[in-house]
Amino acid sequence: MNSAIRRLAVAAIVLMLALMANSTYLQAFKANDINGRNDNRRVRDAQFSIDRGPILIGNIPIAESKESNDQYKFLRTYTAGPEYAPVTGYYSFLYGRLGIELNQNSQLNGSDPSLAFRRVVDVITNRDQQGAAVSLTLNAKAQMAAYRGLAGKKGAAVAIDPKTGKILALVSRPSYDPNELASHDLNKVGASWKKFTEDPNKPMSNRAARELFPPGSTFKLVTTAAALSSGRYNPDTKVRSPAQLPLPQTTTPLMNENKLNCGGSDNATLTVALRNSCNTAFGSVGLELGADALREQAEKFGFGERQLPELGAVASQFPADPNPPQTAQSAIGQFDVQATPLQMAMVAAGIANKGDVMKPYLVESVRTADLKTVSETKPESLHQAVTPEVASQLTQMMVDVVENGTGKPGRIGGVQVAGKTGTAQTAKDRPPFAWFTAFAPAEDPQVAVAVMIEDANVPRDDIAGGKLAAPIAKSVMEAVLGR
Amino acid sequence: MSIASTSVIQIIPRTRRGVELMLLIIAIAVSVAAYVNIGLTVQNKVPASTGYYAAGIGLLALIAHMALRYRAPYADPVILPCAVLLNGLGVAMIHRVDLGLKAAAEAAGTKARGPAAPQQITWTAVGIILFLVVILVVRDHRRLQAFTYTAGLVGLVLLVLPLVPGLGADINGAKIWIRLAGMSFQPGEFAKLCLVIFFAGYLVVKRDVLTLAGHRFLGLDLPRARDLGPILIAWGVSLGVLIFEKDLGSSLLFFGLFLFLLYVATERAGWLIIGGLLFAGGAFVAAQIFSHVQKRVSDWLDPFHEVGGQVSTALMGQAWGGLLGRGLGQGRPEIAPLRFYGQSDFIISSFGEELGLTGLIAIILVYTLIIERGLRTALGCRDIFGKLLATGLAMSFALQVFVIVGGVTGLIPLTGLTTPFMALGGTALIANWAIIALVLRISDQARRPQTPAAPVSDETIAMAVQKQ
Repeated sequence: MNSAIRRLAVAAIVLMLALMANSTYLQAFKANDINGRNDNRRVRDAQFSIDRGPILIGNIPIAESKESNDQYKFLRTYTAGPEYAPVTGYYSFLYGRLGIELNQNSQLNGSDPSLAFRRVVDVITNRDQQGAAVSLTLNAKAQMAAYRGLAGKKGAAVAIDPKTGKILALVSRPSYDPNELASHDLNKVGASWKKFTEDPNKPMSNRAARELFPPGSTFKLVTTAAALSSGRYNPDTKVRSPAQLPLPQTTTPLMNENKLNCGGSDNATLTVALRNSCNTAFGSVGLELGADALREQAEKFGFGERQLPELGAVASQFPADPNPPQTAQSAIGQFDVQATPLQMAMVAAGIANKGDVMKPYLVESVRTADLKTVSETKPESLHQAVTPEVASQLTQMMVDVVENGTGKPGRIGGVQVAGKTGTAQTAKDRPPFAWFTAFAPAEDPQVAVAVMIEDANVPRDDIAGGKLAAPIAKSVMEAVLGR
Repeated sequence: MSIASTSVIQIIPRTRRGVELMLLIIAIAVSVAAYVNIGLTVQNKVPASTGYYAAGIGLLALIAHMALRYRAPYADPVILPCAVLLNGLGVAMIHRVDLGLKAAAEAAGTKARGPAAPQQITWTAVGIILFLVVILVVRDHRRLQAFTYTAGLVGLVLLVLPLVPGLGADINGAKIWIRLAGMSFQPGEFAKLCLVIFFAGYLVVKRDVLTLAGHRFLGLDLPRARDLGPILIAWGVSLGVLIFEKDLGSSLLFFGLFLFLLYVATERAGWLIIGGLLFAGGAFVAAQIFSHVQKRVSDWLDPFHEVGGQVSTALMGQAWGGLLGRGLGQGRPEIAPLRFYGQSDFIISSFGEELGLTGLIAIILVYTLIIERGLRTALGCRDIFGKLLATGLAMSFALQVFVIVGGVTGLIPLTGLTTPFMALGGTALIANWAIIALVLRISDQARRPQTPAAPVSDETIAMAVQKQ
């Protein structure tokens, strides 16, 4: 009998070992998976009760957790909510996270592996887990200038430091107040969410990075870059520029905005064509270069790939397989060409940085609560879009646009500005999109900017990129240059 | 096989009551520390009820200890402290979930249910009283053999009691409760004790017949077909429990115990195979037919398929606890939909969340100690009835712990068995204290010197200790 009892004793141990092994699998190996589940209320509640790190510009917090005496220990507070909402996003109990709050979540809540040592110290010294501070590249003055400039309008502005790719300003209007979503009064949060999501003006759309618009004539910079890079053109090359350009396979000709030829000539130089933003000239250049060359050039500026992972920006597009008339339309930024204001700012920034497009980024550095640097973003080159020679030719042409052409409202006294206007028609019954993209100073660029106005609430004939968007771009550049 | 050929382990006759007292003090200290810790983290103060709790658990443990000292001096010294520790930690966790439920009710503006921890201490007291009764009244476990068939009958009656109309209560789909005078009881907990006595007494008599070999098949001695009667009856009864009371856990427990004892009595592995196949077949058919079994199986295969399921919420709690746990009082064991199940069926998940993998494994090891000390008692016991009884009681803990802990941690489908000594519930606690008393009574006999101890040299002691 004893041998049977001994066997049962072994069997009992095996049963207990199975329990221990299963619990080990669950609590040691599978725990991360389970903790990461969306329906895990414990984790969500707990995250809402930890001292989440601030989001900073310089040393000034634009989002921080303040102690609160309600069901959670901390209330996420946004000091200039709507102004920075497209960047910070929100941190909501009911609706999760967005923007930097989403992308930098593990740093902000302190759970990131890079903060593991910090956490151990916190445990030993019996302190509550503290999140790290995330410093952004934004320039508060530029952000303010863009936000004020777009007041009362529907649109977006993005400013980039062309030499590094740092995002200096990123604004989308109309905006929303993330404080309303971070509130601990969950009924109010629900009502605000409904208000924001049902508003026809879509205040929660990030027009700067997550929405696509026809770039219109600002895309002519890409067409010009492709032309100059092909070796078959220089700034003085004469191109066909009649008032109407007949297109193959269609009876509808391409027409200039003013229904005249280009600067008084049917064969204007590329420089003159850009100065006056002549559709027929760039349509014919586009036809000669072909869609593939245009697409390749566009991709070198960053089209076709998602930029700025911090905000999950969408990829700008050049149509996949346009026929010749569609190619001509695409060359002037119409048809199916779609771009974010961020992308058009990158085009200007690439030209400004001698053709080297820097990878745009928003997170300057991550620091622990006691100001030790955890990580710092190093500038990275994305693509060499054009050669330095072509970049310098383009710069000269863009300076000419601002000094003598459609971009005059973008001029800054004492500083040479290089820019390009755009006015994209989409449908007869909706106002066109007004664009302006520029950089300054032309000889040593400190800032590249793109401004897009979707709906300015002004009479239709008043709309032109130069008149509407350029002054805003100008004030953003002035803010960066300290003027 | 006869008694003569059964090896009896040589045990050095020492009472070890001093060791037991030391272990008891540690068990009480750990429990009280847990209780105070919970008060400090949840309410920022030493709970006012600490005195009541410490005195309650401490005094009861010491009374049990004194009873052993005077009436069963050679009883195993490890089992009582282990049971006290589990009981004490259980009450502490019940108190912790009480606090959590109270806070949740305050936040929601509703009225909290009264605290369950004082109730559990009262049940502990009743349990210890029954413990004393068993130790004092049952002076020799062999006397229980006379009640073999009475115990069997009582066990069966207790088993079917919840099916009596007007008496039984349906809780969570399982009909294993009865309501009497405004209180709920789980008669199955005492049925377990009665049935083990019955199985042991019955097998002592029938083991020789059941040992007769029938056919040899694949190297196994299969029993004769005409001897299959008892196992088929046990199988039928346990299937009845499964079908009519919808309680897979109890069904598995009763049938498993019978099988284990049959195996120990006959040493024929063939019985295990036949029994295992019978149970697997029954469970498989049940899983095809009954929706409540199907639900348990699908919850086991994919615990996260529904948001806010009990098992998934419990697993999230354990994951949240990780290696070291959130700390006592710092988890969310009362989170919906677990709520007060965090102190009953899912109490082990509550420990997993707050004490982490480390604490959970420690608790499982304490259970393992009780089980293995119980089986050790069976090895040392000199009579067959006692061997079978001790084996059955020890294995009842093993099966119960495996089924309920395995169920809430997702190892096997969840079935409703109580977590011995820890889970909130009076009947189970009292029955478990009676079982522990019986095991200790047998161990007293097993460890007691048969003849007045002859003086032994240190060398023999050393050799015997090694042999152990």
